[in-house]
Amino acid sequence: MSRPELTAPAEYFYDAAEAKKYTASSRVIEIQERLTERALELLNFPRDDVPRFLLDVGCGSGLSGDRLTELGHHWVGVDISRGMLNHAVEREVEGDVFESDIGHGVPFRPGVFDGCVSISAIQWLCNADKSEHDPRKRLKAFFSQTYRCLKRGAKCAFQFYPENARQAEMIASSALRVGFSGGLVVDYPNSTRAKKYFLVLAAGPPDSMPTAKTDEANDYANAKQDVVGRGGGKNKFKHNNNNNSEFGLGVKKKRKGDKHARTIYVGSKSHPEGKGKAWVMKKKKQMRNRGVQVANDSKYTGRKRKERF
Amino acid sequence: MSLSFGVFLRTQKVTKRLVKTTNIRGVLQRCAYTYTSKMRLLAHNMLACNVKGVVNGYPLTIHATKIETNESEFNGNFIVHMLGKLDWGAFLKACKEVNASEDLPEEIPSRDAFGTEEEQYEMFLRKVHHALLEVTVVEGHLECPESGRKFPIENTIPNMLLNEDEV
Ligand SMILES: C[S@@+](CC[C@H](N)C(=O)[O-])C[C@H]1O[C@@H](n2cnc3c(N)ncnc32)[C@H](O)[C@@H]1O
Repeated sequence: MSRPELTAPAEYFYDAAEAKKYTASSRVIEIQERLTERALELLNFPRDDVPRFLLDVGCGSGLSGDRLTELGHHWVGVDISRGMLNHAVEREVEGDVFESDIGHGVPFRPGVFDGCVSISAIQWLCNADKSEHDPRKRLKAFFSQTYRCLKRGAKCAFQFYPENARQAEMIASSALRVGFSGGLVVDYPNSTRAKKYFLVLAAGPPDSMPTAKTDEANDYANAKQDVVGRGGGKNKFKHNNNNNSEFGLGVKKKRKGDKHARTIYVGSKSHPEGKGKAWVMKKKKQMRNRGVQVANDSKYTGRKRKERF
Repeated sequence: MSLSFGVFLRTQKVTKRLVKTTNIRGVLQRCAYTYTSKMRLLAHNMLACNVKGVVNGYPLTIHATKIETNESEFNGNFIVHMLGKLDWGAFLKACKEVNASEDLPEEIPSRDAFGTEEEQYEMFLRKVHHALLEVTVVEGHLECPESGRKFPIENTIPNMLLNEDEV
């Protein structure tokens, strides 16, 4: 699948027609619902029957919001696409929605939300659609203003589709820089299809980091990079495995520079030595046939990277 | 389980409800079609102007040209939870701006003030619920009290987009 982020700015990509198409797809509905459920699980509210007051960032036509409603919560949404929002109104979603660019911050007063979710949206912040756009500045505006409008200690769970490891890293570190604590939870890290990134944050003091989901229990040994805690000193989440090692840094180093890979796990189970040049060439050809732009072949294609520690 | 349940709920919602539409001069009309998603006073109570340099961009003044009233399910727990977050003064002001003053008290009464009068307390919570969650501003604009910046509301959706020179 090619990345919509590369085709047009969100407010144009998600026009009225795309909003309808997106919202009518049963496959999309099912995935967005699952992801929303998982995000709520990561927010980990006490089970006390009190509906929480949540912010849904990039709420779109309200598929994620519908699930929040069904799970008993109240939500307010922001989105940049008028097409998606009009469709949300047409569908009579339960939340109140605002047209707003999260790269400019979020227009709420301090300390009001009990939690914040975002499903498949924040990777858009890494685009520079206008000449004035600087992704780092936009990430900072988003995270700092989101931090401010959360109740102290409130959590965020942001599911997103990073283009590559460096982008995931850039997003996570922007969040930590404004005072959030937390890090990435990667569910099903060994499956290219099921793998999902969640940035789990707390506005305030660190908490224990949730555990990622994996396919099988014995996969765990293989998937020890599933939780990437980062951030300096006081902002560091403790890993809640029995394994108390901090592998944040090592993983980060490994990820640096592999800008073409969607999968950040170096050395997979099936190809411990790397997949080799022939495999890379085959994949690149497949992608070209599908119309996806991939880097030109060169003498570096498929070459093993130096271990850098 | 989750999917089929979700789809079920959504199909249920397709049936449009009968509601009251009031225009700002207080003329009541009944119409067979309405919006339930919205900007209501609860969300408005949390909204602030985030234009660069604005210090007191709260609360935004509501200038409504079209308002609707819809029923929404009452959840006492939630209203009590939200009373802790509400800016009561801003809420009363907003109620006036949308003609929804339900003779609410000047200050949030404490739970103790009602003693054992459960019903009285619930009546109070229901009034708050109505003003917070059943009145929708469909058209009009919001205005920042400090800078005078206007944010248009169309199809119940406030446009809070900023220009590049406002960030
Ligand atoms: C894949 S959709 C997801 C929508 C919804 N969360 C769901 O689960 O169905 C991504 C949404 O992010 C929104 N988005 C992208 N960039 C944005 C920005 N800068 N500010 C606000 N919303 C943005 C898009 O308009 C789109 O509605």
